[in-house]
Amino acid sequence: MDGANTAGRPETGAPAIELVGISKAFGPVQANKDISISVERGAVHGIIGENGAGKSTLMSILYGFYKADAGEIYISGQKTEIPDSQAAIAAGIGMVFQHFKLIDNFSVLENVVLGAEDGPMLKGSLVKARKTLTSLAEEYELDVDPDALIEDLSVGHQQRVEILKALYRQADILILDEPTGVLTPAEADHLFRILRNLKAEGKTIILITHKLREIMDITDTVSVMRRGEMMSTVKTSETSPEDLAERMVGRKVLLSVDKKPPTIGDTVLKIDNLRVVDDVGVERVKGISLEVRAGEILGIAGVSGNGQSQLLSVLGGYMNATGSITLNGQAIDLSGKNSDGQSRRARGIAHVPEDRQSEGLVMDFMAWENIVFGYHHDLAYQKNRLLMDNAAIRADTEAKMERFDVRPPHPRLQAKNFSGGNQQKIVLAREIERNPDLLLVGQPTRGVDIGAIEFIHQQIVELRDQGKAILLVSVELEEIMSLADRIAVMFDGHIMGERDPAKTDERDLGLLMAGVNEQQGAA
Amino acid sequence: MDKMPRWADIILVPFINLVLAFFVAGLVVLAIGQNPFDMIYFMIKGALGSTSGIGFTLYYATNYMFAGLAVAIAFHARMFNIGGEGQAGIGGIGVTLVLLAVDWPHWTIALPAAIIGGAIFGAAWAAIPAYLQAKRGSHIVVTTIMFNFIAAALLGYLLNGILKSPLSQNAESLGFPPGAHLPTAHEVLAPLGIAFSKSAPLNISFLLALFCAWGLWMLLWRTRLGYEIRAFGHNEKAATYAGISAVRVTIIAMLISGALAGMLAINVVMGEQERLIAGFVEGAGFVGIAVALMGRSHPFGIVLAALLFGMLTQGGFELLWEMPAISKEMVLVIQALIILFTGALDNMVREPLERLFIRMRKAQS
Amino acid sequence: MDMLLQIMLTMDMSIRLSVALLLACLAGLFSERAGVVDIGLEGKMLIAAFFAAAASFETGSAWLGILAGCAASLTFSMIHAVASITYRGNQLISGVAVNFLASGLTVVIGNAWYKKGGQTPTLSGDSRFYDITLPFADYLQNIPMPGPIYSELLSGHKAIVYIAYAAVPLAWWVLYRTRFGLRLRAVGENPASVDTAGISVVKMRYLALVIAGILCGIAGAYLSTAQAAGFGKEMTAGRGFIALAALIFAKWRPWQAMGACLLFGFLEAISNLYPNINVFGLFTIPVQFTQALPYILTVVILAGFVGKAIPPKAVGEPYVKER
Repeated sequence: MDGANTAGRPETGAPAIELVGISKAFGPVQANKDISISVERGAVHGIIGENGAGKSTLMSILYGFYKADAGEIYISGQKTEIPDSQAAIAAGIGMVFQHFKLIDNFSVLENVVLGAEDGPMLKGSLVKARKTLTSLAEEYELDVDPDALIEDLSVGHQQRVEILKALYRQADILILDEPTGVLTPAEADHLFRILRNLKAEGKTIILITHKLREIMDITDTVSVMRRGEMMSTVKTSETSPEDLAERMVGRKVLLSVDKKPPTIGDTVLKIDNLRVVDDVGVERVKGISLEVRAGEILGIAGVSGNGQSQLLSVLGGYMNATGSITLNGQAIDLSGKNSDGQSRRARGIAHVPEDRQSEGLVMDFMAWENIVFGYHHDLAYQKNRLLMDNAAIRADTEAKMERFDVRPPHPRLQAKNFSGGNQQKIVLAREIERNPDLLLVGQPTRGVDIGAIEFIHQQIVELRDQGKAILLVSVELEEIMSLADRIAVMFDGHIMGERDPAKTDERDLGLLMAGVNEQQGAA
Repeated sequence: MDKMPRWADIILVPFINLVLAFFVAGLVVLAIGQNPFDMIYFMIKGALGSTSGIGFTLYYATNYMFAGLAVAIAFHARMFNIGGEGQAGIGGIGVTLVLLAVDWPHWTIALPAAIIGGAIFGAAWAAIPAYLQAKRGSHIVVTTIMFNFIAAALLGYLLNGILKSPLSQNAESLGFPPGAHLPTAHEVLAPLGIAFSKSAPLNISFLLALFCAWGLWMLLWRTRLGYEIRAFGHNEKAATYAGISAVRVTIIAMLISGALAGMLAINVVMGEQERLIAGFVEGAGFVGIAVALMGRSHPFGIVLAALLFGMLTQGGFELLWEMPAISKEMVLVIQALIILFTGALDNMVREPLERLFIRMRKAQS
Repeated sequence: MDMLLQIMLTMDMSIRLSVALLLACLAGLFSERAGVVDIGLEGKMLIAAFFAAAASFETGSAWLGILAGCAASLTFSMIHAVASITYRGNQLISGVAVNFLASGLTVVIGNAWYKKGGQTPTLSGDSRFYDITLPFADYLQNIPMPGPIYSELLSGHKAIVYIAYAAVPLAWWVLYRTRFGLRLRAVGENPASVDTAGISVVKMRYLALVIAGILCGIAGAYLSTAQAAGFGKEMTAGRGFIALAALIFAKWRPWQAMGACLLFGFLEAISNLYPNINVFGLFTIPVQFTQALPYILTVVILAGFVGKAIPPKAVGEPYVKER
């Protein structure tokens, strides 16, 4: 069991899984670069990394959902081809996806049996599954009512069904992708008990997560991924959360942003006890309060999926919430007809949304049509009461494209034909040129090339220096640290803590992002 | 980058689809032992070979323009309105009620009133499915299909009851007053010294249809409402971000769609039959689907596609005399194949072409 | 007694008129439960009705007629499958095309073959289905109450009637009691789940459309070789859409589908037998209202005012693996 990486060893000593030189690209994006890892039988192996580090892609390759461009997979020392999920199941691999693959109006039993039936008749399979489920429930604390419909189960129970599905297929290796993202703390504790039981029975577990506490809690070994590459693999007992946070985030060279000290004015945005429940009934923002003042950039850091998107949606006027929000001292509506995007814009809130391709732009619209998107009722864009002044809009577009250095500067080019950076510049030009009191910015440089990043950062800082309030949401710690005048970290719908960028570092923030507040103890 | 150049997307793909449709239609003709080239010759001759043929072709094209524009505006808001047939039928009731209510002195006064009647009734018939889609999530395709049948029943009931002409054995209304007569092509062109067939039903509604096509183009690409409809149709999520109300866009787009379908009745009921006859829409509402697909939901494309389908319909009638072995329903087959290839099997042509263009681009660079 | 006779007559007619609806409705059930919208039921029935009549006429066997009808309907179903599953096209548009194609082809081919304006020659003898008399029907006839119900109502129908009604429990059994049914329902609800379970989504959907094709084939054959004696232009007369309405009315479940089809068959029988019903001398229910009632009821159900009809979750969406 000393993990020497040579092929052709006897079966007994072979690692449960060995990946050698796995690479995978989606178009121009290299999601996995030459990744090799080896996981011992009976171990709990953690894979940790920021969003987009390539963790999920790697595991999807192992489960046959994607096909790797290069590399080899060994299961128990045997070279194994995994072209589809069927092959992965046959190789003893089970996967619990982040978004469950369950059928809502089927019973637990039916979900477990689907694809693993014993014959053309269901009855025998169901009887057998019921028996197996009972014994699995006793063995691993995996009790779920076999006749309940999935839609009636809590998220935690649904996840147990996913684990049961894998075990019913006699999986020896269980992959869990961000399993606690949707769980309550009590449910998460229960899950970990289950995982320990599974480990005790000799199952191999791969746990993908961004939460350091979980890694320290349960894993034997941990691999850190960053930007599609495997940085290092260490024994959990020989590392610390601080060390891992540093490896995960990396010692990056800070992008230099030419920034004067802020001249801070009155409070522009004041959020009090804001709660947001999404359309499937999950509470995503759990009573947060914060303030943004004129002339400052408040950066909200955090791993994606911790409530930041919902916060932006509420402020942008397309998600309902409870609590109170005031802008320049005046309340803004959180539901009803005066809470839509048009009303928000009228109040002086501009919004650069997180996902420019699905929200910020209509990709089939030309640049000039996109430059008025959301502001198409503006009087400056109308020829008369009936018609829009398309010529004026195009002229305005040309001016904005020049000021924001959009290339190519063609107003009649469709948005989808610009590069990511130039698409983002179109959105920024539209929003910043409105001269708003409050600018909401989500992931301003996601998928943007280095040259454009600097330009975009400069524009945001310039707006701040004009005395405007800016709320910046980014999963890029580096970006938050170089831009923000104040940093709030969101975790699980809460604000974990606020920091002064000058008095904090990646390690401290990384811990907050993983739900650990050293000043107050673990959440 | 686009996967293929714009010209290929707008012209090449639809052209190949069209060729495939006609190729398969040709096979059908061969299968029943006839010569497809003869068929095309007689159809073109029948559709364009005389002023009567042209008159009928343009008359049918007028119907298809209204129906195609109706389908297209709904398409722009990402809705499939299969209810054009029913909306046109109900529009006919509106036109009839308006024209029977008053002894109209002149068509220039009667026409605007009839347009309002037809449009409002057609829009009202589309309003219920639109409301149910926007507010209650009932799928508009199914509800508009159901409303076609309900419209047919309603039309049948009225024409056998209160609207039935006491002078006729058939399910039809009284004739409209002479002042409601729309000028035909013959009457318009005769003073100019152009002899146009007296029998052809082509009338002033043709110009109305062209005007509507222009109007729809203006609406879609020149007004805020059109902008919102297109934005909503392209990307519903982004539209929400921009503060565009889904309910409002859904309902307004369907009202316009229903109104356009309702105006089809101007051409048939007011322009040709000068009374309301049960079943007067004769499937034109459905042909509108093919026209909108073929014209890629652009008013200009729809005008061209409507002309093509007008030719097909009129040419199909001509076959009755010239090639009795081919029935006029051959036109339905051609329409079906055009819908199939341009609408449902688009990827069959598009995907290989995209790969081809990408490979060509790679080879160049 | 006269009243009783009228009721019996109406019920008997309801059963006869519900058969094509029921078969088409079950076809739609299989297709939509697998996630493929099928507004081409009408067209598939129509083309099947034509080829069934033509083959019966040529061969003199109604059973060979059914076979030909099924083959034609299956071909159309596969056109729909290629467009909507393989090429991930718009399933509604494909369905519309199928309906148009059937309307056109039946008349074009019918006219070319028989030169009767799209009709086939009238069928007689073995080219049509016989009425089947159930055992002891004559003997039991004279027993009051249950006797006539058995001998008049249940006995004396064509073979396809019994096939259609037998298809209901069979469909239920297949959907809820077999591995195939479980997978079929799963693929209409969440194809990604089926895919990760190692089952081919494409294969399941094709199989569903094969079944839909065969059922529509039998439905069409019933119309032209059992209910009528030959094919007539547009003889399906919107029954495919009533079947679609019944499917929604039944909320995509087999037994309820039978109930809905019997109800809609009953409404058609009423409108045939008693065109205008006078209610206690107060007002008259016009025949058109009875005819439109299936559609009105369906819209009410769709609107969710009386029990919400929730379709299979993935219906109408081509399956594309994420990213």
